[in-house]
Amino acid sequence: MPEGYFGQYATIGIFVFVGVALVFGTLQLARLVRPNVPSYEKSTTYESGIDPIGEGWSQSNVRYYIFALLFVVFDVEAVFLFPWAIVFERLGTQALVEMVIFIGILAIALLYAIKKKVLEWL
Amino acid sequence: MSAIVDFFGIAVIIAVVKVVITFAALLGTTIVVVWFERKVIADMQARIGPSRWGPFGLFQTLADGIKLFFKEDFRPQTADKWTYAIAPVAAMVPALLGFAVIPVGDEVTFGDTTVGLVMSDLNVGILYFLAMGSLGVYGIVLAGWASGSKYPLLGSIRSTAQLISYETAMGLSLVPIALVAGSLSTVDIVTAQAGSVGRVTFFDGIPVLEQISAIFRFIPNWYIWSQWPAFVIFFIAGVAETNRAPFDLPEAESELVAGYLTEYAGIRYALFFLGEYVHVVVISAMAVTLFFGGWDGPTFSFLSWLWPVIWFMIKTVAFIYLFIWFRASLPRLRYDRLMWLGWKRLIPAALVWIMVTAVVNTAGVARGVRLGVFIGLFVVVMIFIARGDPRQLKPVSPQSQGRATRGVA
Repeated sequence: MPEGYFGQYATIGIFVFVGVALVFGTLQLARLVRPNVPSYEKSTTYESGIDPIGEGWSQSNVRYYIFALLFVVFDVEAVFLFPWAIVFERLGTQALVEMVIFIGILAIALLYAIKKKVLEWL
Repeated sequence: MSAIVDFFGIAVIIAVVKVVITFAALLGTTIVVVWFERKVIADMQARIGPSRWGPFGLFQTLADGIKLFFKEDFRPQTADKWTYAIAPVAAMVPALLGFAVIPVGDEVTFGDTTVGLVMSDLNVGILYFLAMGSLGVYGIVLAGWASGSKYPLLGSIRSTAQLISYETAMGLSLVPIALVAGSLSTVDIVTAQAGSVGRVTFFDGIPVLEQISAIFRFIPNWYIWSQWPAFVIFFIAGVAETNRAPFDLPEAESELVAGYLTEYAGIRYALFFLGEYVHVVVISAMAVTLFFGGWDGPTFSFLSWLWPVIWFMIKTVAFIYLFIWFRASLPRLRYDRLMWLGWKRLIPAALVWIMVTAVVNTAGVARGVRLGVFIGLFVVVMIFIARGDPRQLKPVSPQSQGRATRGVA
């Protein structure tokens, strides 16, 4: 029964099912009606008009990795902030001070990252 | 009819009807939005825009869709078969799912059943919305990686870094909303914004201002007034999340051909394209829900359940128009400036704003402290603006440019 707590998620479940079915259905339907005439030129990747040289999977800049690490730090921070924000009024001043310290530590971390110039994109 | 109701139970039928209506409405809206964008941009550039199919060219999107539907779909030899096939689904489905927690109207009563015009009132609505936004990254990453080609890979890696940067800012910008509303449920947040700002006692006793301050009784009590910095951060991050101009670097055609879309054709391309527009609609609807009172607006006794839905639609279309306006007016950001804006402006600003909101809303904090916080905030904002002049950003030096091209994927 889609009522109450689990009911809300059951509705989402129906939504997910219909969504995935709709998209897959469209793909399958298109497969039935579209032409299929493969050739060598069509199966090569795009490289400004010439035949591709080397592999498509090349190395990535290490800087992306630093951003990924920082993302984890601040996303986890957001995870801690949301529950605190909900019960904030009941917890009062003490929780506020604690949270300011928590955010302050991470703000210092961000400042450190800025000072070390890892956020500079050269 | 009653046999069906008895078999499944009224709740199941309501859920299924909600899902079907939401899909029809969302996809229908998206198709109109694509046409709307082309018309508005054409208007801003003194062109006519689509005009051939249907009245005012309204069926142009359908014509495009049918064309793409019948196009051959060729997969590159080097592509990873399954990932390549799944990526469009991974881009489209989360975009659709985000709409599940958006209330489009007040409760409606049919006979003896009361139905809320929201598909699913989750008690973690905002978190759910953020999670669906994050899942959307997968579609782009998988598409770029699975193509086995250079331009898509470059586009998708860029896009990942961009999306995770702005997602953090978006998540942090919604914490103050949770703080003032005391709930993560979107329905609760809309309810909390009902009514007007009310009487302002600040001007009492001053002859003319007292009368003028009565106008506050007609201003709706939306979060945009007290939470406008959060809104600015949310909306900028929202534009970046949808990969729309000026943040459309993943598909910057002058440098990356078409980014992660380069190796996609036909219906798969159409799914990515539709997913982006669905995302625009969802972000606009969320901005309305969180900051502009959702379906809140004056209602009249005639068809009273319909008015909230109409207000909600009007507000949402206004934000979609803003998205299009951005695209027509703003040039694309350079990548280093994009990162600069995300990490050195939006995220610190969001952190500062969380603390300010918390301090101002704590009952035990003295008035003087609150005043001090406001003055401090003013100083911080001034420093940000003074240092934020883009002309002070160093241009890329020839040496570092050389380094970048050697190291970059």
